[in-house]
Amino acid sequence: MNRYPFWKYALLLVALLVGLVYTLPNLFGEAPAVQVSSGRSTVKVDGKVASRVEEALMAAGLKADFVQFEAGSVKARFADTDAQIKAKDAISKALNPDPADASYIVALNLLSRSPHWLMTVNALPMSLGLDLRGGVHFLMQVDMKSALTKKAESLAGDVRLILRDKNLRHAGISRDGQSLVVRFKDRGSLASARKLLEDELPDLNWLESEEAGETKLSGALKPEAAKRVQEAAVKQNITTLHNRVNELGVSEPVIQQQGADRVVVQLPGVQDTAKAKDIIGRTATLEVRMVDESVEASAAVSGSGPVPLGSERYMERGSQPLIVKRQVVLTGENLTDAQTGFDSQAQEPTVNLTLDAKGARIFKDVTRDNIGKRMAILLFEKGKGEVVTAPVIRAEIGGGRVQISGRMTTNEAADTALLLRSGSLAAPMEIIEERTIGPSLGAENIAKGFDSVLYGFAAIAVFMCAYYLLFGTISTLALAFNLLLLVSVLSMLQASLTLPGMAAIALTLGMAIDANVLINERVREELRNGASPQLAIHNGYERAFTTILDSNVTTLIAGLSLLAFGSGPVRGFAVVHCLGILTSMFSAVVFSRGLVNLWYGRQKKLKGVSIGQVWKPVA
Amino acid sequence: MEFFRIRRDIPFMRNALVLNAISALTFLAAVFFIATRGLHFSIEFTGGTVIEVAYAQTADINRVRATVESLGFGEVQVQNFGTSRDVLIRLPVRGDVKQAEVVARVFSELCKAEGSKVSTQQVKSEKGAETSAQVCGEIGDERVRLQRSEFVGPSVGSELARDGALALAVTIAGIMIYLALRFEWKFSVAGIIANLHDVIIIVGFFAFFQWEFSLSVLAAVLAVLGYSVNESVVIFDRIREAFRKYRKLTTIEVIDHAITSTISRTIITHGCTLMMVISMLIFGGPTLHYFAVALTIGILFGVYSSVFVAAAIAMWLGVKREDLIKASGKDIDPDDPNAGAVV
Repeated sequence: MNRYPFWKYALLLVALLVGLVYTLPNLFGEAPAVQVSSGRSTVKVDGKVASRVEEALMAAGLKADFVQFEAGSVKARFADTDAQIKAKDAISKALNPDPADASYIVALNLLSRSPHWLMTVNALPMSLGLDLRGGVHFLMQVDMKSALTKKAESLAGDVRLILRDKNLRHAGISRDGQSLVVRFKDRGSLASARKLLEDELPDLNWLESEEAGETKLSGALKPEAAKRVQEAAVKQNITTLHNRVNELGVSEPVIQQQGADRVVVQLPGVQDTAKAKDIIGRTATLEVRMVDESVEASAAVSGSGPVPLGSERYMERGSQPLIVKRQVVLTGENLTDAQTGFDSQAQEPTVNLTLDAKGARIFKDVTRDNIGKRMAILLFEKGKGEVVTAPVIRAEIGGGRVQISGRMTTNEAADTALLLRSGSLAAPMEIIEERTIGPSLGAENIAKGFDSVLYGFAAIAVFMCAYYLLFGTISTLALAFNLLLLVSVLSMLQASLTLPGMAAIALTLGMAIDANVLINERVREELRNGASPQLAIHNGYERAFTTILDSNVTTLIAGLSLLAFGSGPVRGFAVVHCLGILTSMFSAVVFSRGLVNLWYGRQKKLKGVSIGQVWKPVA
Repeated sequence: MEFFRIRRDIPFMRNALVLNAISALTFLAAVFFIATRGLHFSIEFTGGTVIEVAYAQTADINRVRATVESLGFGEVQVQNFGTSRDVLIRLPVRGDVKQAEVVARVFSELCKAEGSKVSTQQVKSEKGAETSAQVCGEIGDERVRLQRSEFVGPSVGSELARDGALALAVTIAGIMIYLALRFEWKFSVAGIIANLHDVIIIVGFFAFFQWEFSLSVLAAVLAVLGYSVNESVVIFDRIREAFRKYRKLTTIEVIDHAITSTISRTIITHGCTLMMVISMLIFGGPTLHYFAVALTIGILFGVYSSVFVAAAIAMWLGVKREDLIKASGKDIDPDDPNAGAVV
């Protein structure tokens, strides 16, 4: 009765092998490597880059363990750090001929030292969380209100254009919070305008109202359109963050959306938080407006008059005030790139802007109508605006390629380009959570987590083996198998392991032994009540099973609700805890039974089992 | 070896009143301390900044405190963290202070107090890459090093507190529903009361000693809740089995029998889990300290409450044989895993 069919043993063997293979990469440690990834959103890293890397290494006479292209980056592993650093120089020279304008990021990294065949079956070591490897973590909140306000503002511009195109007279367009208000003199033009606007701007819901002899049409974004705007805002911010983070040259940055309006940024290995924050936290948005060059405006500049209606006063970099019109010509949304360049004719550095199609069209119209006038590029950081540059329009500019030149040093041009590039956030963001962990602390945390598991496991193993003899040894083996499965599942999922995760491994092992204690106690009890050894084993396992199931379900309920509602460190704990409960069910019940069956099952006339002393009360 | 040589069922329920009175007193004391002292929440819940620095020599806590207080960030807490060289500094959220600069300012002040100054230097990272970092003094001979910093905005904090409460509520509801389905509502009520009493007592300890109540402690509390319910489940399982097996026994005798026959398993299991948790307490370092403390208290009280409290409450709620063995037809149900227990 205590025999498993062949397939069950086979299943256990397969589980054991798979567990071993996927746990293995964690044992090899790490080797120095060079990683090449894209430095600009326009540059794609592909297999061709891998062969270029190989050529560069060949030319430099360096030998890599392997060069491979994987998930958007090329990785080359080396035997020692010496070769790694030489290789980094050789590769960056080959890929980035102009260091000032790098298309590729060449970063030093660590790769698992495990043999190549393990990698081909996707067996990778567990990915470590920031608290174990050191680095910076930011949680950023996207200001959705201002994204919606901005959208409303740009829609107001659209409404104005549409009504003008059709020659429909209105008595003023204004923005009220996140909705638009269009005033009309009479009902007739309101009706025809409403029909037109409903056709042209399907994202808006229009409502008519009448007040003090004035008819009004107010439009608000439909909920699904508002949601779309918010999603687009987060997405664009993530893209912008990616570009900014690239400037830091981090090998494996994590930039992810969390919830509806939050973005997580994790930069492993980064130590200079000030610089990281400076680059990440630059909550800047960009706007292009026209400079007000009326007489009143120049009076306002000198301080002898008020700022004219419809204009605002901003400071230009270099602390000179400038009167700028309120109306926004373009926003950072339409700016796709800003780079430094050099005008060979005028022999001076320039800033080259690239606009998207919509931006290019608007820009063409505006420049045609305003030749000889100045336009201002404003950068808003945390609600405060500053004029980055205010060039004079020399000619009509079509095609979306804009060159700004004049009175700039190379450094100034580079600064301006950087500022303009980072200005394309769709909505401002604020850091609401920040964590930095030094690299030595990370290594310490790994050691501590590992020690906790090791000594706790050892203590349990010694006790179980002494108290339950062979059954205890089998329980210990089952516990070890549980650990193996858990580590391999974590490696397979590539969920990042944190210190709370390591604590969860320890705790799960401590709880998992419960199932084996239940079984062993049951078997003893059956023996005490006079059952034959084979029957005792059978009944012990059968009867303990429902209890084990019940108790694991209640633990799992707690684990799952932690997973559902927890965030950050608690999530790391919950993931490991839940997985551990599942693997422990399998190992404690199926695996240990398999071992017991293998040992005792084939003996027909079993006299006794080695489960420690079974004390019987003397009647 | 056999630790538990029990000749006859121990009459646990005879002493139920006394044991539950003790329980009730502990519970009330815990509630009292939670109400009067309140919890010392970590910055994860309240918002604020935590900075951990490591000194080359034993740190002078008073000087550190004076230095940080001079910056005027409000109520500052300074304490040793793990060793005498590591110092943990907690700062509250202040609306008028730019959070992004707090860490840098504190660090540079601390460095100045050590007679050195912070500069940006190139350091070699673990991966071999050169990165810049804020260093106090010279690399390799740093007076004070920034180990870790954490800033949590106030909005995140209140959200975490809400999520934590929600997680607790869902866990309780989930376990109650499961126990009600699997056993009977009286067991479900008894189990949850017994185990909530554990939770309150753990939290009471944290209130009494003013230990820091962090997110990981909350995780530990919930894990303990799930774990000690196990305990009650094992006993309830036995009660059900005993009701079937020994038809002549009274309810009290059945409960006594169930507890007696599981007591050795209860103690051995908890002993094993406790060994693991104590290993975490000893080797896990200061970060895991309160997590392990919460687990230790939880496991110890878990044994007590599920053995003495849960069964007694079920008894007082009037659990009967008929409650558990409703239809006699169920006994011959081939799918019933307990069918074999009938003699």
